[in-house]
Amino acid sequence: MLVAGLSFSTRLYKLTEPPHVCWDETHFGKMGSYYINRTFFFDVHPPLGKMLIGLAGYMSGYNGTFPFIKPGDKYENQNYWGMRGFCAVLGSFLPIFAYLIVLELSNSCTAAIIAATLLIFDTGCITISQYILLDPILMFFIMAAVLSMVKFNQQRYRSFTASWWFWLVLTGINLAGALGVKFVGLFVIVLVGLNTIGDLWRLLGDMSLSLVDIAKHFLARAFALILLPLILYVTIFAVHFVVLNKSGPGDGFFSSAFQSRLIGNNLHNASMPEYLAFGSTVTIKNLRIAGGYLHSHWHLYPEGVGARQQQVTAYLHKDYNNLWVVHRQQDNNSQSGNPDLVRHGDIVRLEHKETTRNLHSHLHEAPLTKKHFQVTGYGINGTGDANDLWQMEVCGGRKGDPVKVLRSKVRFLHRATGCVLYSSGKTLPKWGWEQIEVTCSPYLKETPSSQWNIEDHINPKLPNISLSVLKPNFLEILLESHIVMFRGNSGLKPKDNEMNSKPWHWPINYQGLRFSGVNATEYRVYLLGNPVVWWINLASLGLYFTMVAVASIATQRGFSLGQQRIEHSLVLVRGGGLLMLGWLLHYAPFFTMGRILYFHHYFPAMLFSSMLTGLTLDILFRSADLLLHPPYSYWFQRTGQLLLLFSILYSFYLFHPLSYGMTGPLAHEPGSAMAGLKWMDSWEF
Amino acid sequence: MWKMLQLPLVVTAQVDLLLVLVSLLAFWTRLSHLSYPNAVVFDEVYYGQFVSLYMKRVFFIDDSGPPLGHMILAFGAYLGGFDGNFVWNRIGAEYPTTVNVWSLRLLPALCGALCVPLVYLLTLELKFSHLSALGAAVLLLLENSLIVQSRFMLLESVLIFFVLLAFFSYLRFHNAPSSSWSRYIWLILSGVSCGAVVGVKYMGLFSYLLLLVVASLHTWKLIGDKTISHRNVCVQCVHRVLCLVVVPVLLYVFWFYVHLSFLNRSGPHDQLMSSAFQASLQGGLSRITRGQPLEVAYGSQVTLRSSVSQPIPCWLHSHKVNYPIRYDNGRGSSHQQQVTCYPFKDVNNWWIIKDPGRQQLVVDTPPRPVRHGDVIQLVHGMTSRFLNSHDVAAPMSPHTQEVSGYIDFNVSMPAQNLWRVDISNREAESEVWKTILSEVRLVHVNTSAVLKLSGVPLPDWGFRQLEVVADKLFKAHSSSLEWTVEEHRYGTSQEQKEREAELHSPTHIDVDRKISFWAKFVELQWKMLTVKQEESEHKYSSSPLEWITMETNIAYWLHSSTNAQIHLIGNPVSWGVGNLSLLAYQLLAVVYLLRRRRGLKDVPDGVWDQFVCLGCVCVGGWLVNFVPFLLMDKTLFLYHYLPALCYLYLLSPALLEHAHTHLLRYAHQLQHSLTHQRALCVGALAVLLSIFLTYRTFCPLTYGSPELSAHQLQGLKWRDTWDILYRRR
Repeated sequence: MLVAGLSFSTRLYKLTEPPHVCWDETHFGKMGSYYINRTFFFDVHPPLGKMLIGLAGYMSGYNGTFPFIKPGDKYENQNYWGMRGFCAVLGSFLPIFAYLIVLELSNSCTAAIIAATLLIFDTGCITISQYILLDPILMFFIMAAVLSMVKFNQQRYRSFTASWWFWLVLTGINLAGALGVKFVGLFVIVLVGLNTIGDLWRLLGDMSLSLVDIAKHFLARAFALILLPLILYVTIFAVHFVVLNKSGPGDGFFSSAFQSRLIGNNLHNASMPEYLAFGSTVTIKNLRIAGGYLHSHWHLYPEGVGARQQQVTAYLHKDYNNLWVVHRQQDNNSQSGNPDLVRHGDIVRLEHKETTRNLHSHLHEAPLTKKHFQVTGYGINGTGDANDLWQMEVCGGRKGDPVKVLRSKVRFLHRATGCVLYSSGKTLPKWGWEQIEVTCSPYLKETPSSQWNIEDHINPKLPNISLSVLKPNFLEILLESHIVMFRGNSGLKPKDNEMNSKPWHWPINYQGLRFSGVNATEYRVYLLGNPVVWWINLASLGLYFTMVAVASIATQRGFSLGQQRIEHSLVLVRGGGLLMLGWLLHYAPFFTMGRILYFHHYFPAMLFSSMLTGLTLDILFRSADLLLHPPYSYWFQRTGQLLLLFSILYSFYLFHPLSYGMTGPLAHEPGSAMAGLKWMDSWEF
Repeated sequence: MWKMLQLPLVVTAQVDLLLVLVSLLAFWTRLSHLSYPNAVVFDEVYYGQFVSLYMKRVFFIDDSGPPLGHMILAFGAYLGGFDGNFVWNRIGAEYPTTVNVWSLRLLPALCGALCVPLVYLLTLELKFSHLSALGAAVLLLLENSLIVQSRFMLLESVLIFFVLLAFFSYLRFHNAPSSSWSRYIWLILSGVSCGAVVGVKYMGLFSYLLLLVVASLHTWKLIGDKTISHRNVCVQCVHRVLCLVVVPVLLYVFWFYVHLSFLNRSGPHDQLMSSAFQASLQGGLSRITRGQPLEVAYGSQVTLRSSVSQPIPCWLHSHKVNYPIRYDNGRGSSHQQQVTCYPFKDVNNWWIIKDPGRQQLVVDTPPRPVRHGDVIQLVHGMTSRFLNSHDVAAPMSPHTQEVSGYIDFNVSMPAQNLWRVDISNREAESEVWKTILSEVRLVHVNTSAVLKLSGVPLPDWGFRQLEVVADKLFKAHSSSLEWTVEEHRYGTSQEQKEREAELHSPTHIDVDRKISFWAKFVELQWKMLTVKQEESEHKYSSSPLEWITMETNIAYWLHSSTNAQIHLIGNPVSWGVGNLSLLAYQLLAVVYLLRRRRGLKDVPDGVWDQFVCLGCVCVGGWLVNFVPFLLMDKTLFLYHYLPALCYLYLLSPALLEHAHTHLLRYAHQLQHSLTHQRALCVGALAVLLSIFLTYRTFCPLTYGSPELSAHQLQGLKWRDTWDILYRRR
């Protein structure tokens, strides 16, 4: 209770300060508003977190009109407290969960209290819980999943009872929640998965169970931990797509078929000429998911990259530079009457409407995919050379078939070299405005990368017919949105000038994140862990390894140990091992990630590390009787605990302005409240 | 004593004829016609340049791997009397007669050939029969891609050789009776080859780690053995740690020691290194800086080099051109003289250090050295402008302050030209500002901003030189803030004209400046790991997942006039056999594990241990040599897969033997097992035969002769994705 009280009061204190948009609130607050307005958008994270934020805002009377343009914008009289409060409440559960988990794992109240204290008085955990962010929601689900898993492990001798089922199902639900907020939830799924595999392995070795029993156990877990989360996860997406049915800023990332679902999109109940004809103005979309429109602009390829001609790229946003005009081989613009339809096998010339250059390819290496040829814009006013000719083929079509707008998959075969127009999906460097590379591939295999469809089609000489595009089914939408998300995630590469955080910075609390305010006059909040807490965690990791090594060597060599020692080493190896695994799973993968990383990515791992600290330090204090005789060892234990508590409290007193806001001069100037606390040069407060 | 020596003296020698036979065949396949083609083949063009530099003892940095591999290649060249006078610029360029091609390629080919008997011995050490050993050796012997890779001046065969040697000698040690002392020779040999593995390529690190894991598993068992005394256990553990950890690490450092003591002349990559490092090389910087005064004093004339070498090394520079009044985007500037960073030596790089309290620009006798914390002014030598900064946005990085040579336009923009000297490595060096050694920050006194190289090239008005700014919000440890004095002399002329003449004259005088080996080692290692080359896709590069099915090949060489060509193409049949056995092993292991857990022991414990050991070495070896590539962001080629492939070839026959002796015997009725075993033998023979036939088929592409017609080449294109070249006639 005490833990809960302290936890809620630290998190909810000064919640509404500062009254302006802080850091990533600009994204997640905005996306919450999109849900309230039912506008379609694109984000690299799954939708559950933003849906909950939107819901919390809706319940607390926020009307979704605040634009969230950039950090620092004043909220004025918008109801933003609901969204912040929701996140803070979820964040307040973390120390409580930590308390319960450690209690289950170690059966020691002291260990649990140490773990909870570390989290309650960590400035970083407080700060990250107080704003409209996905992280408190994510961490809530992670911890809840771990807690239910640990509880479930405790039920192992009461299989198939109600409480057994309850905790099993609860684990599954929380897993779905964690994955539904961010893909980082995958790590906790792996943790639970490994734990379950270990559990099944234990059951398999239990010769008193028949194979049928084991099959039952397996099926029960498969249902609750695989099937159920999957269903919930899919449901989340179903709700996402049903709620967001208006066209918005995320349209261009998706295929033509996908866009036709959205109200307000120009493909929704579209009406255009049905068959492609010569003289039409069209946009051409790559069929690869998140493939983009065939695009060109006035800029040339830079020197050293193939021929110095105009760039041709694929671009994800709608833009007038995506418009192309379909011409015959010889230009005969002066057509009268109905224009001829383009048919399978016809030779066409594609002229870029804005720059009047022809789509062109030649035997130069493509800029990134060196096995392919370069595609450029060439010629002027439609006069070019023989390299501008492309043969149009409808996939699966025969000679003479007309090209259906939206529905036909077409390929463009280059006449002179025999290669096929291809979008490699690689992002061009700065000179190409970070658009996607378009090449001409000599490998003629039919892949979505080499197939295109005609999306917009404008020809005033042809009658417009209302087209109902084949509406994609739900699974297709789900798959497509996932692929688009993964593309988006890997596309978040660090930019040159941006501050770039490295994973090894994190455990040592090397550098924080500025949430709000830079200058002396502003209200500043700085996301940084309480250094005392974090360095205790770091030291405990080393301590843990030493203790486990000593304990296991002693067992392996067969030294006779007392009953109590054996229990301690079991707690260390089993309970500590689980937490260690959790820490590793939430930390190690970041080293291999190429995307941009931030300090706050470490927080889930930090939760595990704090729980491990509680467990390790408790056993360390209890093992004092190895060196000291009974009364002294008891005193040592008490002094150690008190000292720990005092140092955490005092450091919290010192560093609390980091989360509750600072004003006045910066820390390296004398008159500041934080003077003398800038222990590392890299801290920026 | 005399009893030991019994007459007659008898020497008994056991010769494994099979082993001799496969070794001879291996030498024949790898070494015959080694000097054909007499032209630069594929990556020889890359390694060759380093061999040349070794011959000339010129310093270079190569980020692709530690120096042992290059040294081995260079040793081969040295044996052949290569003088380093050949320009490696183009694949297919003919070698002149002065270059002994045979000796250049000899060592990798030898290593490649020795892999075959090693695999034979390794299989025996894994406790499988001679027949399996022969099978593994034949698979390796007839693998076209391994033959191609060994026959040229490339490093994969060397790497594979050392990896196999390390595992073989470790297992020899492990299997030897614990009483014999000679087994420690094997342990040391294992440690030495581990050092060599890591020294040849960084990828070897993973194989080394695998060996450590296997060794620590064995040691863990040893610790659990309660029949051995505590003391004995400690001694054994210490031996293992010494041989398998300490020896490789020392050797690794030793390779660098040899590397650095060989390469003592300045060369093309000098500029990536710190001034102190460069000064230790003959020629280059040391020729210029030899004998400069050490301590920077008031009145010193200096060039200031930025400590970052990204994008290129450069020196603080100014010239008689002002910043444009307005930039392209409409922002205004101070219109004062430009200060930039210039990547070439130039007389405009000279600056004079002035005491703000005095007028003179010459050094006193005795000189007054500048110390940490002193406030100075910097005067540009040629234009006499003061280095200045103020609250005006810099041209390219507008969040920072502009740095200029101060010109008084009478526009209420006063001079702010005081800089405080902040020596950041004063603990390691000294409080006094020293040439080359001290890393200095120049802190602007008025604004406490720090002089920084932003690295952004200026537009045409700045002659594309690099922008220099003063930055207030800086990260604590960034080398873009550090500057070192590189060239230095005491100024003697007060008059501007004389001073200009003085600046144009070269510096001289003589003192030797030493930098310790450790400092050099750490710096070089750090640079090798952090230097990033521009990664781009190569025509023949491939992704790791394509290697398993051999989707791509690499064209190594094409005759300048005919269709004769060499490709890196593996033997498709053996490739398939390897993949199959990998799958089969995993399936079998899962079935065994599950059944053992239920108390059903299909095979006796001894055989089970043998099976597990096989998996640890072979499947583990394949994993550690393959999985890391999946996470890598580099340009990768098919030849990166070859080490992993060798493990599969080691696995296949052993697994077959296991199936033959245990699986078929236990899993079926007795009367059937004999026919099954026979069928298996016949099947294995048929596979071996087809491996031999495919080897023969692809020989022309492996050895580059005889020349094939376009039609025949078309027939060899077994996969659509292979690139085989045809000459148009």
